[in-house]
Amino acid sequence: MLRLVPANTSINFVKLRYIMFLLSTFIVLGSLAGFMMNGLNYGIDFRGGFLIEIRTPEIADLSGLRTKLSGLDLGDVKLQGFGSDTRDVMIRIERQPGGEKAQSIALNKIRQALGKDVTYRRVETVGPKVSEDLKRKGLMAIGFALLAMLVYIWFRFEWQFGFCAIVALTHDCTSIIGLYAFLPCLEFNETAIIAILTTAGYSINDTVVIYDRIRENLRKYKKESMPEIINRSINNTLSRTVLTSVTTLLALFALYFFGGNVIATFSLPIIVGITVGTYSSLCLSSLLLLYFKLGGEDRKQGAA
Amino acid sequence: MIQISKWKLMFLSAICVLGIFFASPNFFDRERVQETFPEWLQPVNLGLDLQGGSQLLLEVDVEAGLKDYLDGSVDGVRTAFRGDKIGYTGLGVRKNAIRFKLRKLEDRDRAFRVLARPMQDFEIAINEQGQGQLVLKPEVIRERKSMMVRQSIEIVRRRIDEYGTAEPNIQQQGEGRILVQLPGVGDPARVRQLLGKTAKMTFRMVHPDSHVLIAKNRVPAGYERLPSEEEGLPDLIIGKRILLSGENLVSASAGFHQENNSPIVNFRFDAYGGRKFADITRKNRGRRFAIVLDNKVLSAPRINNPIPGGQAYIEGGFTVQQTTDLALLMRAGALPAPLIVIEERTVGPGLGADSIAAGKMATVIAVILVAVFMLLVYTFFGVVANIALAFNLILLIAIMSVIGATLTLPGIAGIALTIGMAVDANVLIYERIREEVRNGHKILSAIDAGYTQAMGTIIDSNLTTLIGAALLFIFGTGPIRGFAVTLSIGILVSMFTAISLTRVIVVLWYHWRRPTRIAV
Repeated sequence: MLRLVPANTSINFVKLRYIMFLLSTFIVLGSLAGFMMNGLNYGIDFRGGFLIEIRTPEIADLSGLRTKLSGLDLGDVKLQGFGSDTRDVMIRIERQPGGEKAQSIALNKIRQALGKDVTYRRVETVGPKVSEDLKRKGLMAIGFALLAMLVYIWFRFEWQFGFCAIVALTHDCTSIIGLYAFLPCLEFNETAIIAILTTAGYSINDTVVIYDRIRENLRKYKKESMPEIINRSINNTLSRTVLTSVTTLLALFALYFFGGNVIATFSLPIIVGITVGTYSSLCLSSLLLLYFKLGGEDRKQGAA
Repeated sequence: MIQISKWKLMFLSAICVLGIFFASPNFFDRERVQETFPEWLQPVNLGLDLQGGSQLLLEVDVEAGLKDYLDGSVDGVRTAFRGDKIGYTGLGVRKNAIRFKLRKLEDRDRAFRVLARPMQDFEIAINEQGQGQLVLKPEVIRERKSMMVRQSIEIVRRRIDEYGTAEPNIQQQGEGRILVQLPGVGDPARVRQLLGKTAKMTFRMVHPDSHVLIAKNRVPAGYERLPSEEEGLPDLIIGKRILLSGENLVSASAGFHQENNSPIVNFRFDAYGGRKFADITRKNRGRRFAIVLDNKVLSAPRINNPIPGGQAYIEGGFTVQQTTDLALLMRAGALPAPLIVIEERTVGPGLGADSIAAGKMATVIAVILVAVFMLLVYTFFGVVANIALAFNLILLIAIMSVIGATLTLPGIAGIALTIGMAVDANVLIYERIREEVRNGHKILSAIDAGYTQAMGTIIDSNLTTLIGAALLFIFGTGPIRGFAVTLSIGILVSMFTAISLTRVIVVLWYHWRRPTRIAV
C-alpha cells in the first residue's frame, strides 16, 4: 500500500510559520512586480483583434506569410507555426483602430492576402465593444466569487476564519496573475478567468476542510492552546490534503500533455494554482488564525 | 448503518441503471445514433468549438434605426403644415430631433394643434422665437428599440433559413444583441455579408440632368448623390422621394436575362405596388428610375414603355451568387436598423474533431491515472472509490445528455478536472475511517464515524467550489459556461456517489466478509 504521508505526522507548522509568511510575501510581491513590469499579455477576448489558425497545403512558409500580412499595414502581426510538419499556423493581429466596421474590413483584407489554398481551422474576431464587455464580466466574476466565498465562510465559521481565508485567496489569485505576467507565452483571456476561479474554488475547498477540523478540535480539546490545535488539525488532515492534490494534479497533467493546444494553455495555470492553493491552505489560511483570539476566553493564545 | 433498507438499495440501483442507459448514446457512432435513436435518448450536445461552426454576435444599431424613424417622420410635419397653410423654414432632422422655424409667430398655437394628432409619438415644443422641435417620447423610444430588436431577429432568422444551414440557433442576448450560431458553417464570410446588409430597397427617380450636376458637383434640394453598387460606374443624383419600397414586393428570384443570358433578379410587386409601378412608368416615359439598395444604386434603367402587371427585373453586371443573395435579401425583407458584427468565432470541422479526440484521450488517461493511484493508496477502498468514479463519469454524461447541456472544449477539461476532484469526497471519508481505526475504534463504528463525520466537511467544502462555478456560469460566455456546467454537475454527482453509493457498497461488503481487520 502506498503511503504518501505517514500516519500520525506531527509537523510543527506553527514553528515554521515565519518561513512560510516570508515565502508568501515573496511570491505576492514578486507577482505584483511582474505584473507592474511586464503587464499581462491580454488575448483577443480582452483586447479585441483577430486570431486565425490556418492549415497550409505544404509546409508553411512563415516568413512569406509574414511579409504578405505585414504588407497590409494592420499593425503588429504575430505568427506561430506548430503541428505536424508545421503546416498549422496561428496568426494574431491586433485590434484595428476605429469601430466595428474597421475590423470587418481588415478581416476581408487578411483573407484575401492568405489566398484560397489555406484551410481555416479557426477564425476569431472580437470587436472593441465585446472585449470591454468580457473584461468587465471577467473581473466581476472573480470579484463576486471571492465575495460570495467570504460570506459563506463567515456564516459557516466566524469572521476571523473568513478574513484569513480571503487573505489566502488573494494570495493565490495574485500568484496566478504573476504566472501570466512572467510567462508572456500564456495569453490572459477568458480561460485565465477559469484558471483563477477554479484555483480559488479549490483552495477554499482545501481551507474549509482544515477549518472544519480546527473547529472540531477546538470543541474536543478544551485544554490545548491555539498553536497546538492548529498544528494538530493541519496534521490530521495532511494526508487528505496531499492525496486530493495529487489526484487532481494527475488529472491536470493528463490534460496538459494530451488535451491539445487550447486545453494545455489553461491547464498549466491551474496546475500552478492548485499547487499554490494547497500550499496556502496548509501554511497561510490556517496559520494566520494564530493572530486572532479564538476558541474561548481561557484558551492560551499566541505562538508555542 | 448496518441495515440498508431495500427501498434505498432499489433506488440507488435504479439511478445507476438509468445513468448507464441515458449515457449509452454517447458511446456509439454519433451520426447513426442521432438518426436511429429516439429524441429523448440522444448523445450530449456539442458546442460549436467541438462540432465546428460559426458564431456571430450582432448588435442592432438602434440609434441609426431611430434616426431613420425621425427622417421618415419629417414628411408628417410637412403635410400637416401644408394642409393648414402654415409657413415654415429649415425643416429637417438635427441632433435627435425634428426641427423647424415658423415664419410667423402667430401660427404657434395653430402649429401645435395640427401637429398634435399626426405627431403623437413626439413631444412638441415651440419657443418664443418660433423655433420648434419634436423629440421622441421616452416610452416611444423604448418601444421602438425593443421592436427593432424583435424585428431584426425575425429578419435574421428568415435570411438564415433561406440561406439553408442545419439547426441554426438565433437568440436575443442582453438588450440589443443577437447571437447567431451556425453549426457546420466553416466560412462565415458570406453569412456575414448577408446579415450585414440592411437590405432597404427603394425605387426613386434619377434627376434628368444627373451627369451635368455631377460634373458641376451640385446637388439640388430634394435630391441626393448616391454611389453605384457596381464599381467603375459614376455616381447619380437621385430624388429623395421614395416612390415605392421593398415592402411592396411579394417575390424575388434569381434568373437569367432572356437575350444576353446575364444573371438578373426577377421580382414582382403586390397589388398596390403593381398599380403604382404601372402609373410611374406611364407618367415618366423616357426618364430613368433608380433601384437603390442600402444607399447604393443597384441599377438605373430608362423607362421605355409602361410596365403593367407589376413584374420587372434588375440587371447590373451581377454574378450568379450576387443575384441569388440579392433575391434572398429582397424576399426576407429589410432590417429596421443596421446590424453590426461585434464578435465572430469560427471553428472548422477539422479542428473540432481534433479537439474531441484530444479531449477524450486526456480524459481516459486522467481516469486511468487516478484509478491506479487510488488502488495503490487504498487497495480495497480504492476499488470502491473507483466504482464510484466510474459512476461519477457515467452519471455526469447521462445528466448532461438528458438536460440538454452543451459540452464545450473547456467543458471537457471540466470533466477531467472533476475526475481528479471527485475522489476528494471519498478520500475525506477513508482518511477519517483510517483515523478512527488508529484511535482504536471497531471497524464498523469506524466506518460509521467516517461517513457521518466527513459528511459536514464534504458539503462545506464542495459548496464553496459550487459558488465559484455558479459565478463562472453567470458571467461567462459560451465555452466558459460549458466548463461551469460540467464542473457543477460533476461536483454534485461526486457528492451523491461518495455519500450514498460507496456507503452501500462498503456495508454490503461488510455483511458479506465480516472482516475483523481493515486495510486502510
